[in-house]
Amino acid sequence: MQTIDLEATGLRDLNATLQAQSADTNQTAWEIVNAKGSHALAVGLDAPIDVTVKGSTGYYCGGMNKQATIRIHGSAGPGVAENMMSGTVIIEGDASQYAGATGHGGLLVIKGNASSRCGISMKGIDIVVQGNIGHMSAFMAQSGNLVVCGNAGDALGDSLYEARLFVRGTVKSLGADCIEKEMRPEHLEILRDLLDRAGIDAKPEEFKRYGSARKLYNFDVDNASAY
Amino acid sequence: MCGIVGLFLKDKALEPQLGALLTDMLITMTDRGPDSAGIAIYGTDADGNSKLTVQSPNPDADFKGLAAELGKAIGTKVAQRDKDTHTVLEMPAEKIAEAREALKTLRPDTRVMSTGDTMEIYKEVGLPKDVASRFDVAKMSGTHGIGHTRMATESAVTTMGAHPFSTGSDQCLVHNGSLSNHNSLRRQLAREGILTETMNDTEVGAAYLTWKMREGATLGEALESSLDDLDGFFTFVVGTKDGFGVVRDPIACKPAVMAETDQYVAFGSEYRALVNLPGIETARVWEPEPATVYFWNH
Repeated sequence: MQTIDLEATGLRDLNATLQAQSADTNQTAWEIVNAKGSHALAVGLDAPIDVTVKGSTGYYCGGMNKQATIRIHGSAGPGVAENMMSGTVIIEGDASQYAGATGHGGLLVIKGNASSRCGISMKGIDIVVQGNIGHMSAFMAQSGNLVVCGNAGDALGDSLYEARLFVRGTVKSLGADCIEKEMRPEHLEILRDLLDRAGIDAKPEEFKRYGSARKLYNFDVDNASAY
Repeated sequence: MCGIVGLFLKDKALEPQLGALLTDMLITMTDRGPDSAGIAIYGTDADGNSKLTVQSPNPDADFKGLAAELGKAIGTKVAQRDKDTHTVLEMPAEKIAEAREALKTLRPDTRVMSTGDTMEIYKEVGLPKDVASRFDVAKMSGTHGIGHTRMATESAVTTMGAHPFSTGSDQCLVHNGSLSNHNSLRRQLAREGILTETMNDTEVGAAYLTWKMREGATLGEALESSLDDLDGFFTFVVGTKDGFGVVRDPIACKPAVMAETDQYVAFGSEYRALVNLPGIETARVWEPEPATVYFWNH
């Protein structure tokens, strides 16, 4: 285990050290101490390493991650795992707004609650939230899966494309063009796999599936009021 | 972008440290607002006296002999405590309005920062660390306080454009965000007799709360109605003589984190503003919900 004290090392050197790890590095386990809510921790990583951040983080922790597993032992500030490509980000506490925004791949697990705009414009990332999510989540979400074990806030999935949304609790309101859809066996399979990988004990049968009604894909004057 | 910090103490033992804790929080928020900073601090009640905190661009000339001249003009004893560009004038509460009028002729260049039994507002242009050290905020004690670091968007970088804004006796407001209907609201408030001094959007927000409370609303109710009447982005933190409140607009894109322990309630625009508070590791930390009024009272 390599330990980096952020206060002693500084952010640029910390990120440069982690970014310099190659695919076959033998230094696979890293721990960051004295995070103290700092911004842009462990961003742009591109190696199969395991990084644990002790404490809560500020803006954009784990942004643009490829391959790495990043664990936050605390809560995450805005934009955690933004534009993640692959790998895993696991947050023990809560996540602030736009967690996993624009993510292309990988798995984001939030053990607490996520606030507004979770998974906004997601493009293939899988997000599993053990608690609740805030308003405008999965806005314009294009692909990937958003799993919510608790409740969803207002305007879930507004202007949704082809991302799948699974919610176990209540949905305060659905956004434009987002509808409840039939849960078929293949969806239960996807959900079971995601819950397993996130280490969350929940029954796929208790969830409802939401997706796009595909009415806003092309301009139709009859839909003008929905824009 | 702006930074907000606030600390509402439940444990009296922390009161001597209030200024030092707030100064540390304020300086951490420097990169959210490096152009000006301010602080509202609720100190000890001055035995039936009230405080008038006044700022001057020429403190040497304006503050010399001020207490004596003002006391003579309004017929009472006035105590004076200078702090850099600000001075705190203490006098019987019923004389405050008269003193404000007298200042207009005695010292026309001075600006009233705040009035109240316990609240003093200090604000200036400059880096938060410089502003805090000019006023020696770290040495202040008190029951609660609110600080702001400003990155101006809606009006000029001036002392009067800095936060906190006073919304009435012992009431203050700080704001992160921008209001888009402040011009029409300013005209509407002027018709109601509520005058603003600057072109700043936040001052209109503060004046709006003053108006609502004048019409009989409690601060909590005034904050609730601000959700309907103010258009734009806002995270507001407000202080009263014995209370501390937070509200965010329904979109809630301006960040906010809160922490509560048996000793205090704390607010920060970001978590890193809270990291040096005692017992933060075990505090309940959460993000305040959109369009929800939070309020604590002593």
